[in-house]
Amino acid sequence: MKILVCIKQVPDMESKFKIDGTWYDTRDLAWRMNEYDEYGVEQAVCLKEQVAGSDLTVLSIGPARVKESMKKALAMGCDRGIHIEDDKVAERDPYSIAAIIAEYARNQEFDIIFCGMQSQDRASAQVGILTAELLGITAVSTIISFNYDHPTITVKRELEGGVKAVISTTAPALFTCQLGLNTPRYPTLPNIMKAKKKEMLSVPVSDVLKVEAAQQTEKIFFPEKKGGGLILEGDPADIAGQLVRILKEKTTVLSR
Amino acid sequence: MKTLLIAEYRDGKLLENYAELLGFSQSLDADTVMFLVGSPTDLPKFPGKLYLADAGKYGEYNPACHKRFIEKVVAAENPDIIVLSHSSYGWDLAPRLSCALQIPQISEVVDVIDGLPVVPLCNAKMRRTVKPLHNRYVITLQAGAYTVELDSNAAPEVTVIDDELTENIIFQGYEEAQKGGVDLSKAEIIVSAGRGVGKPENVKIIADLAARLGGEYGASRPVVDAEWVEHNRQVGTTGQTVSPKLYVACGISGAIQHLAGMKKSEFVVAINTDRDAPISEIADILVIADLKQFIPALMEKL
Ligand SMILES: Cc1cc2nc3c(=O)[nH]c(=O)nc-3n(C[C@H](O)[C@H](O)[C@H](O)COP(=O)(O)OP(=O)(O)OC[C@H]3O[C@@H](n4cnc5c(N)ncnc54)[C@H](O)[C@@H]3O)c2cc1C
Ligand SMILES: Nc1ncnc2c1ncn2[C@@H]1O[C@H](COP(=O)(O)O)[C@@H](O)[C@H]1O
Repeated sequence: MKILVCIKQVPDMESKFKIDGTWYDTRDLAWRMNEYDEYGVEQAVCLKEQVAGSDLTVLSIGPARVKESMKKALAMGCDRGIHIEDDKVAERDPYSIAAIIAEYARNQEFDIIFCGMQSQDRASAQVGILTAELLGITAVSTIISFNYDHPTITVKRELEGGVKAVISTTAPALFTCQLGLNTPRYPTLPNIMKAKKKEMLSVPVSDVLKVEAAQQTEKIFFPEKKGGGLILEGDPADIAGQLVRILKEKTTVLSR
Repeated sequence: MKTLLIAEYRDGKLLENYAELLGFSQSLDADTVMFLVGSPTDLPKFPGKLYLADAGKYGEYNPACHKRFIEKVVAAENPDIIVLSHSSYGWDLAPRLSCALQIPQISEVVDVIDGLPVVPLCNAKMRRTVKPLHNRYVITLQAGAYTVELDSNAAPEVTVIDDELTENIIFQGYEEAQKGGVDLSKAEIIVSAGRGVGKPENVKIIADLAARLGGEYGASRPVVDAEWVEHNRQVGTTGQTVSPKLYVACGISGAIQHLAGMKKSEFVVAINTDRDAPISEIADILVIADLKQFIPALMEKL
């Protein structure tokens, strides 16, 4: 079974962000693998372990630093990395990203592709489904359970309120992974060492970008603070005392 | 300006979020048509043209089939904007429309400024105005961003549409969310644990505070996914919706899916080390502190 997993590197969401033109300033940020994609990598590795003779590729589009996240995916069990070198990844719209992945994947006959349900920074939730549509294969989004029993793939799609739709299909297919799909493994030290020897191929983005963007960011800004909220900061004992006083004043819950 | 609104139907019922689509369309003062795969006996309160495919015949959500129907309606109506909810239905279907119609999709719209859609960036810490490079486009609306009062007497003018049934997935059925255990919707005080608690042992600090206040404890999704807390205590779109008198969010950033479950709380206290965490937008009091230090200090004062 030939498997592809697409991962994006994103900044830590607890970072103090600054604006730089039409994107956030990418300097001085801590970077990590998109949380949703960690579930994708784990599911891909589990599937590879289940089906003997499988081959698992991890792909990421971005500047050189994204290789750090790819190394984690290799240490978790992917066989090889495809790094699409793109210093302008932040400017690319979801359609361009999907077109790049589809261009790379076309003619390679991947049986299964995993993407994250969404990326934590952009959160468009488009790239996975667009990629599948461009490739003309089945896509099922937001899965929280995956089961392969040759040739049937049965997944649960998460809907609102925790209801799930049980869906079955066959390869080739793409799945977008929702939080909680599995428990992503921690790379062990021996596996981190082994990962260093795994193949990491670089492809310049110009080789695989064949489309024009369909949208562009005009402006980025911080939302206006609605105000009203009171901020308590300082010595824990002092602010705990203040909080209790305010709760007694403003709510009925502590007056007993 | 003309909009095509895509209403939703699930398991024998029209979903109410079509009011949000109508609210958006009204805010633009646009001409409006609607599409629904649903039932002729459960129609939206929409006084306009509705293209209806019968769910009795086409079944539950089937992406390939819904996509083809909408392509037909778009050809007949020439809308400028195709509008869906950013729901499990909308975020799944919209990219398929975007690809089939070769038009851009803008996800999770919260506002329109100077004619351009505005969307969140980085867990709503920032916003982005987006310019579609095509005169027709698809958008999904963030849940709760728009709404409108429905006219209870309104009824659509229905045009029934048909197509061949195609499918590459097989729908096996629905599985209900786990029920039972605590009912957070009745609690007057809820103290919730987020990923900021750091490790499973620290959930006890949260549960103890809840007990001391005479309330229940809840959790955000990562804490439930990690199995530190059971699912029936999860607050949010895929958990419970709560409206206590006091909600204390401990180490919770305030993602939209969490806020959707607790924003009706009367009074919100957030304890967070990050003063820019989006929870600060709706908190009445933001305590900037490490919860592991602050909560024990608070317990002493109670
Ligand atoms: C379709 C869908 C449905 C979802 N449904 C839900 C849902 O029902 N409920 C839900 O909660 N989420 C849901 N989510 C997930 C949601 O998007 C967020 O990922 C999640 O709410 C984040 O949880 P969190 O705030 O606990 O974690 P994080 O976002 O990681 O935030 C942790 C916070 O803790 C703070 N912190 C860290 N250390 C400390 C400390 N020592 N003291 C104090 N503060 C600290 C940090 O500053 C940060 O703000 C859903 C997502 C999707 C895509
Ligand atoms: N730069 C990228 N490189 C590789 N995969 C990506 C990239 N951007 C997005 N993806 C994939 O697309 C998913 C959804 O992203 P998005 O549509 O931006 O929310 C992510 O979870 C990844 O699996």
